[in-house]
Amino acid sequence: MKSDAITRPIAELAEDVRSGKLKAAELVQACLDRIEATKQYHAVLEINPQALERAHEIDRRAGQGRSDGRLLGVPFIAKDNFLTRHTHTTAASAMLKPFRAPYQATVIDKLEAEGAVMIAKANLDAFAHGSSTENSDFGPTKNPWDKTKVPGGSSGGSAAAVALAQCSFALGTDTGSSIRLPASFCGVVGVKPTYGLVSRYGVIAMGSSFDVVGPLARTVEDAALVLDVMAGRDPLDATTIERDAQTYELTDQKSNVKGLKVGVIKEYLAEGVDPEVKAAIEAQIDSLAAAGAKVSEVSLPSVGLGLACYYILVPAEISSNLARYDGVKYGHSAPAAKTLAETYDLSRNQGFGAEAKRRILTGTYVLSSGYYDAYYKQAQKVRTLLTREFKAAFERFDVLVAPNAPTVAFPLGQKAQDPLAMYLCDVMQVAVNLAGACALSLPIGLAHGLPVGLQLIGPQRGERTLLKAGAAVEGMVGRLEVAV
Amino acid sequence: MKYEAVIGIETHVQLKTKSKLFCGCDNDARDKAPNTTVCPVCLGLPGTLPVLNEGAVKLAIRAGLALNGKMGGVTKFDRKNYFYPDLPKGYQITQFDQPIVGPGWVEVPVGDEVVEVGITRAHLEEDAGKLTHPDGADYSLVDLNRAGTPLLEIVSEPDMRSPAEAKAYAQEIYNLMRYADVSDADLYYGNMRFDVNISVRPFDSAQGKAGSKQLGTRAEIKNLNSFRAVERAAEFEFKRQVDLLEKGDRIVQETRGWDETKGKTFSQRSKEEAHDYRYFPEPDLPPLVVTEAMIKAVKDALPPLPPALRRQMHAAGLGGSEIEVLIGQPELMALYARVNQRQLDHKHLKRIVNWLVGEAQRIVLEHGYDASQIDSDAEDLIKLSGLVEQGKLSSTAAKQVLTEVIQNQAHDVEKIAQQKRLIQVSDAGQLEKIVAQVIADNPQSVADYRAGKTQALGFLVGQVMKASRGQANPPMVNDILKEKLSNSENLS
Repeated sequence: MKSDAITRPIAELAEDVRSGKLKAAELVQACLDRIEATKQYHAVLEINPQALERAHEIDRRAGQGRSDGRLLGVPFIAKDNFLTRHTHTTAASAMLKPFRAPYQATVIDKLEAEGAVMIAKANLDAFAHGSSTENSDFGPTKNPWDKTKVPGGSSGGSAAAVALAQCSFALGTDTGSSIRLPASFCGVVGVKPTYGLVSRYGVIAMGSSFDVVGPLARTVEDAALVLDVMAGRDPLDATTIERDAQTYELTDQKSNVKGLKVGVIKEYLAEGVDPEVKAAIEAQIDSLAAAGAKVSEVSLPSVGLGLACYYILVPAEISSNLARYDGVKYGHSAPAAKTLAETYDLSRNQGFGAEAKRRILTGTYVLSSGYYDAYYKQAQKVRTLLTREFKAAFERFDVLVAPNAPTVAFPLGQKAQDPLAMYLCDVMQVAVNLAGACALSLPIGLAHGLPVGLQLIGPQRGERTLLKAGAAVEGMVGRLEVAV
Repeated sequence: MKYEAVIGIETHVQLKTKSKLFCGCDNDARDKAPNTTVCPVCLGLPGTLPVLNEGAVKLAIRAGLALNGKMGGVTKFDRKNYFYPDLPKGYQITQFDQPIVGPGWVEVPVGDEVVEVGITRAHLEEDAGKLTHPDGADYSLVDLNRAGTPLLEIVSEPDMRSPAEAKAYAQEIYNLMRYADVSDADLYYGNMRFDVNISVRPFDSAQGKAGSKQLGTRAEIKNLNSFRAVERAAEFEFKRQVDLLEKGDRIVQETRGWDETKGKTFSQRSKEEAHDYRYFPEPDLPPLVVTEAMIKAVKDALPPLPPALRRQMHAAGLGGSEIEVLIGQPELMALYARVNQRQLDHKHLKRIVNWLVGEAQRIVLEHGYDASQIDSDAEDLIKLSGLVEQGKLSSTAAKQVLTEVIQNQAHDVEKIAQQKRLIQVSDAGQLEKIVAQVIADNPQSVADYRAGKTQALGFLVGQVMKASRGQANPPMVNDILKEKLSNSENLS
């Protein structure tokens, strides 16, 4: 089998496995070999020891004509904050280093039901706190385009794995930027669905009212297929929404942007954007207009408050969501603890890294009596305001465009000691999470020799238009391939 | 100076849903081995999410109707954050500022009076697990079977003015929750727990009203699990606080525990040590909209509740204490209701009520009662009353039959009475023969009676009863004896 089979469209791979033209086991083995060959990038934390066996089983059944599924035999990698049956689930945190889940995330079940094979768990910033994957307690992931650069975060392992052709697609989570930023930095497609479209059950919570699950893939078409398999109401997640009956798959092969109403978010191109990144984005916007899109500027006056608002509300939820890691039931428990208080103090002190502690403290502070009204409540008001501004913009536009981040991938270590600089990486993305809208990042070219991603934003439940627009842009620029 | 108590009560009621509040686990953990009715959700494993049990919502609405509470519109859930080993997620899902049940009121019978107690609110929340501390061990054990059990916390206004009123309120909440079929209300298993808030303030006995509108500093006595404990703890606490004031001391706002054996409250933690629970809206649960249609559907299926039942029984001529005994034992109440459907005359009804609040209550308390027996037992009681009415059974004998019916689930009361040789001989001719024989056999007693020693009559009656093996109708025996003794012709 040609080693680049993995880069073919997912739908074709599944069809070839079904017909027996391609063996799932070969596909999986090729990916495992590729993971081994590119392990210096540290995209993966653990291999699923059951993956090959499952692939053989799929092949056996396919040989008897009893195997079917839209993702039949397709290898994927899950960020290590998805609970999975046959591996550890660590959230890249020392706190959960020993943890093996007794149940599995809904989306893993859904993907497996369509024949997909989970081959490995991807690295991330511990508990998904971060924008560079340097905050992994098991060491950073490196950018496939340049080993000295970060892959973005927190789904850095997932994005790098796709860019390195270790799998057909990967799963990420996006609370403030965590799918789009690494997709942008690694030159792959990342989709952040509408809040509630994909089940969060079995995914380690960060900011529960923000967290979404989404695919990272080589093309918009692949991402759309994976999204279609995952989307829909889950009786185990009360915040999921009904999907509509139509597929999210791209059925129309030749998407174009003719007549598409595109709003360019003024505030995100104002200042602080790297000139080369800005030039690449603006050139893309110009070609959209040239291709027949109706492009104009739109102002979302409150997006400047987005980051501040995000870093109040998300830590508040984090401080509560991380309370269960107390050294009593599972995960790290300090062996030296002699009393209950010591069990709490030592286990949490040893298990959590500096960033988790920072967010727990911030969150605890903003929820404390006397500060709740000044911080949490005010931030909720800003959130409502932002949601309204996005809604109003979508009355005039089909999609909004913006950069994903002010820069391309930055050097490892550059911001690791400066939390505020790290937080600022997300400045153009968090507003989408605050508003619960959908968005995707897709590569449109290079700046400083590194990928630049365009951020396309759609209204809540606007995935279909968003994906079509994404595919159209993709058709205009072509795919970005990294040579590793 | 005189003082009065100002008391408010928070009641935790375990709802009798099949499954827990936010997962599918069995909600009945009674007699189950520790940590067996648990799943990833109620264990608080990473990645788990709560899904609201609609059955619990329906029961909360039922309870809300029983509390005359304001309902409808948007209600939401919040997180209450604190660390404790019995709290697997590190937070409790509860309702902070938009409870499912808003302001309401209940009528509380206290002696012959009725006191109205305001309800501030009632909200849904999940229970925590249970900790045990083995004797001498350097560890504690956690049982999470109870974690996630739905609770309704009912908060009253500080409307009670005495420990007796507090006890009566607790009892009435218990009655309401049982009749609304909201809870098993099994106090032994902690299905209901009471927190009593109490303060004291000067009372102007001359004017018969509080000497001050202002409330005193309150103490909260946590986790009382019987009505008697509510009353005793309130009594102790009232006296403790009055003594402090009399001595010129200040009362500190604090949480206190109750030591049942010592009969004392004791300090647990002061206001300064109180937790900051950092409440915020539960992001994993969307707000719940309680519609008028939902409320109506629950209301239409609601059985009659104690206030209505009291009015009906009062109208039927039952006394206050009889009514409370029946209300206090829903099985007896159901028996009464079944009997009452037959529209018996007052004499029958009164007799059966006497049995219910006397013998039947004793049996039910001691042996329990199978509610599936209610229909047939009601018929048996009516027949039994008929036998007494016809003079075939003495009231003592009737109680023996009653025991067989209620306790041993026997039927056909007449047959039971015959087997036990309880049917009375009320045939005058037959009785006269026996009486004649007794008079003939006991000349001394006859002479004594005639000499004015009236107590000799009792002995003779006893002899007749003995001769009839207890089956003679005593009033008839009495009459026949008296008649024969005063009539010298009959002397042989």
